[in-house]
Amino acid sequence: MPEFDVVELGPADHPEPGEQAPEFTRPLVTDEFWEDRTLSEFVGEGDGQTILVFTPMTGSFVAKYVWDELAERNWDERADRVVGITASTPYGVKRFLEDNDSPFTFFADPGNRVAESYGIDHDLDGMTGISEPRVAFFALDSDRTIEGAWVATDWPNFPDYDALESELGLE
Amino acid sequence: MSETAAPPITFYRLQGCPYCERVARLLTEYDLEYRSRFVEPMHSERNVVKRVAGVRTVPVVVDETTGVTMAESANIVDYLESTYGEDNRPDAAAAGAGGDD
Repeated sequence: MPEFDVVELGPADHPEPGEQAPEFTRPLVTDEFWEDRTLSEFVGEGDGQTILVFTPMTGSFVAKYVWDELAERNWDERADRVVGITASTPYGVKRFLEDNDSPFTFFADPGNRVAESYGIDHDLDGMTGISEPRVAFFALDSDRTIEGAWVATDWPNFPDYDALESELGLE
Repeated sequence: MSETAAPPITFYRLQGCPYCERVARLLTEYDLEYRSRFVEPMHSERNVVKRVAGVRTVPVVVDETTGVTMAESANIVDYLESTYGEDNRPDAAAAGAGGDD
């Protein structure tokens, strides 16, 4: 358990397994460029599952811890598709991908409206006007139906990754 | 599935670059479907543009319909006008002064 104090956020009112994940269009950032993509188009790209990962903004240690862990666990190879989303600009996301030599891609949502539509937005104390997502994971099938979910209830809060992998159906 | 949904024109551009905005205006004016791929200000960060067009400047337009890949805004404007514009457009002569970022 962490040795620092955590703030209880309480349960989020997020979409549950069996429901359809809210649709959105945002720039999808790779290490080379960004272009608008819709979630439904992304999840429908092939057979299998997409894992949508919300984290705090790039630059925060929380984002780095989560993405380092996922890279270490080879999620880029073990899941059909993994995509991140956070409240950073495309420029910030691209820098993060490059600095961490990341195998993942992210949607950039600096206004945090997508997290809001998923019920997992979090206003930052002492950073007035800035909101970012809680750490959250949604496993989606090719129709955006949620097959598994984990959403942080504390700030900061990290999942038990082994339990998370079985919740999301990762072999 | 989504392969068929991809618009025929891919437009490599830089945010705020006037030469790119000029191409964007023309694509809109001709009601052409395109997808925008934004690259960064530093030329060293533009390997994707170098790969597709052989240069590191933007704008670059890749048109799957005609198989044309084109750089330099004046050339792109000429190309779009001659391919998709009405004949003898009155402002066609104004396309001469080009530039890139």
